[in-house]
Amino acid sequence: MTTMMKFFLAGVAFAGLFAAAHAEDKPTIEIMSSWTSGGEAAALNVIKTEFEKRGGVWKDSSIAGFGAADAAFQNRIVAGDAPGAKQGVIGLAAADFVSQGLFNSIDDVAAAGKWADALPKSIHDLISYDDKVYLAPTGAHGESWVFYSKEAFDKAGIAQEPKSWDEFFADLDKLKAAGIIPVAWGGQPWQQTKVFNMILLSQVGIDGFLKIYVDKDKSEASVAGIKKTLEILGKLRGYVDAGAAGRNWNDATAMLITAKAGVQFMGDWAKGEFTVAGKEPGKDYGCMIAPESKGMVYIADALWFPKTGNGQTDKAQKLLAEVVMDPTVQVEFALKKGSVPMRADVDKSKLDACAQKGAELMAAGAIVPDQAIVLTPQQVGALDDFVDEYWSGGSNDAAAAAENFFATFE
Amino acid sequence: MPVKRKRNLSATIALLPTWFAAVVVFIGTMAWSIRLSFTNSTLFPSSTYVGFAQYSKLFASAKWLASLQNVLIFGVLYVSGCLVLGFLLAAALDRKIRLESAFRTIFLYPYAMSFVVTGLIWQWMLNPTLGIQASMRSLGWEGFVLDWVVNRDMAIYALVLAGVWQGAGLVMVIALAGIRGIEAEQWKAARIDGIPVWRIYVSIILPQLGPALAAAGMLLAMGVIKTYDIVVAMTNGGPGNATEVPAKFIMDNLFGRQNLGLATAGATVLVLGVIIAVAPFRYAMHMRNQAKGGA
Repeated sequence: MTTMMKFFLAGVAFAGLFAAAHAEDKPTIEIMSSWTSGGEAAALNVIKTEFEKRGGVWKDSSIAGFGAADAAFQNRIVAGDAPGAKQGVIGLAAADFVSQGLFNSIDDVAAAGKWADALPKSIHDLISYDDKVYLAPTGAHGESWVFYSKEAFDKAGIAQEPKSWDEFFADLDKLKAAGIIPVAWGGQPWQQTKVFNMILLSQVGIDGFLKIYVDKDKSEASVAGIKKTLEILGKLRGYVDAGAAGRNWNDATAMLITAKAGVQFMGDWAKGEFTVAGKEPGKDYGCMIAPESKGMVYIADALWFPKTGNGQTDKAQKLLAEVVMDPTVQVEFALKKGSVPMRADVDKSKLDACAQKGAELMAAGAIVPDQAIVLTPQQVGALDDFVDEYWSGGSNDAAAAAENFFATFE
Repeated sequence: MPVKRKRNLSATIALLPTWFAAVVVFIGTMAWSIRLSFTNSTLFPSSTYVGFAQYSKLFASAKWLASLQNVLIFGVLYVSGCLVLGFLLAAALDRKIRLESAFRTIFLYPYAMSFVVTGLIWQWMLNPTLGIQASMRSLGWEGFVLDWVVNRDMAIYALVLAGVWQGAGLVMVIALAGIRGIEAEQWKAARIDGIPVWRIYVSIILPQLGPALAAAGMLLAMGVIKTYDIVVAMTNGGPGNATEVPAKFIMDNLFGRQNLGLATAGATVLVLGVIIAVAPFRYAMHMRNQAKGGA
C-alpha cells in the first residue's frame, strides 16, 4: 500500500516537473517588489494583467517593506540567483548595480517605443546610464503634499487653504484651540526628511534646491535656506501629539480620516488610504502643495532588470518594459497607485483633482528630485540622521545645525 | 597504546566536519569581514584598501558612539535586573506556596515569546496615546504621564523594562532548580540556630547558587550583544539616537545604506569588544586551573 502511494506521489511530482518545463517555453519572469498594500498591489496587478495578456508568465515574489525587499534583492544578486525584475526607485541606488554590469539594458525597447519623446527629459536622463536606457519607469509620486481633513478645518473655523507659512501656523493654532491635534506627524526618519525637503523647496525655490542637492553648493544663500527650513521644522514640534515618535505614515493618515488631526505632510500615496476608507478628494479631504512652494518634490518608481543569464527571461524583461510604458497601463497604474503617469502624452482627464495638480507641475517642469534620486544610499542615511537628530533632539539652534547639514554629503 | 591511537584517529575523523565548520565558516567569514572593513566597499565588496578610514568614520559617527553607550547601559541593567528579579521570584516560589507550578508557568511564559512580540506589546503599553497613560487618563487621572518609549531620556529604560520582563523567568527557573538542589539539612540546621529566613537566603543559599546564576548571566549577556529585534519592534532606535544599538547600526549599513565597509568595521569593533571583555575571565580561569593542577 505504502509502496503504491510512493509511486503515485513520485508520478505526481514527475508530472509537475514536466508541467513546469512546459511553462518555461513562454517568457517567464519573477518580479520582486515591496508593493503589498491594497492600492500598491492593485497597481502592480494592472501591469501583471497586461503582461499575461501578451503571453508572459508572471511569478510574484513580493516582500513587505521597502528595506526588506532591498535586502532580499541584494542577497539574491550576491548569491548569483537574481530575479527577473525588481521594483525600485529611479536614482543612485540603481547606479551601483549598473556600473557593476549586473543589469540588462532595455535600450532597444526604449528606442522602438520612442521613450525619449514620451518622457520628460530629466526622467529620461535618470533612467539612462552611458546613453543606454536601463530602467522602465512606472510612475511618479509628488512629495510636497499637505493633506487636510475638511471636517477638522470646519470645526476649527478655517475657511480656506493657508497661502503662507505664517497663515499656516495661525491655522494650526486654531486647530489646537478647537481641541484637535494640529499635525498628524509620521515619526520615522524617512518621513521627517520628506517634510524637511518640502519646506526647503518652499524656502529656496527650485534652483536653490537643485544647487544644494545636485551641486552640493555650500554658499551663504544655501546655508541661510537650510537655517530657515530648520526654523520652520522646529516650530512644527509644538503642534504634534505625544505619540508621534515612530508613527507609521498610514497611521497618521488614519488620524485625518477620523478627523482627530488637522493636517499631514506626506507623499501622494496617502491618497490610497483615503480611497480605501471611502473618502473623496475635495469633499472629505483636501490636498495642497506646501505653503509658499512654487513646485513639487517628486520620487519615481521603475522596474530594474538584472542579468539572469536566461534567454527566456531576457525576452520577458523586454516584454515587461513594453507593457510598463504602455500609455493605457500608465494611466490605469497611476489611478490605482495614486501616482502621476510618467509619460507626458497620456490622457490625464481620468486622474483625480490632486493628481491633476501634480501632473500640471510635472508638465511645467516645476519639480525637483527626492534625495533618493540624487544622493547615494549612504548620503540618504546621513541626511535622515541629520533631520532626525534635529527634530528629536529638541535643539532650537537652527544656525548651528545648518552648518552641519553639508557634512551629510561626505 | 595502539588502541588509544586508533580511537584518537576515529575521533579526529568524526570531528573533521566540525573543524571544517569552525575554520571555514567562523574564522573564514570573520577574516573576510575584517578584510572588508579596510576597503571602501559600498554595495558590493571592493578590493580598494583605504586603511583605517572606515574606523575613523565610524568613531566620528555620533550614532555609533550613542549605540555603544546604549548597549552598555542596556546590558548592565538588563542582566542585573533579570538576575535580581529572577532570584527573588525563585526564592518566593520556594516558600512552599500553593499553585507553584501555575506561577512557574506564568513567570517563565514571557521567555517563550520572541523579542519582537515582547517589543510590540511593551511598545503599545508604553505608547502615550494607546497604552497605560491613555487608559489612566481616561479613568480621570489627567496628569498621569508614562511616555517612556517616546521620551528621549527614558526610552532606553523602556527597553530594559521589557527585556527584564522577558528574561527574569529564565533566571527564576535556573535559580529554583539550584535552590531545590541544596540539601534540606542546611535549612534545618539554620532554623535550629534561629537564623531569619531572609538571612538564610542571602548568606547560605545565594553563595551556593553562584554557578547557576553565572550560567544564567552568561546566557543573558550573550543576548545583549545581539540586541536587535526588541529595539526594532519597540523604538526602531529612536527617538533620535536614544536607543540605537550596534547590531542595528550594522544591519542598517549592511542593507539599507549599502555601506559594507562601515558595517564590517562596526562588526569588527564589536567582536574585538567581546574578546576584550571575555579574555580576562578566560585568563583568570586558565590560571586557576593551572594552580589547581599544580597543587
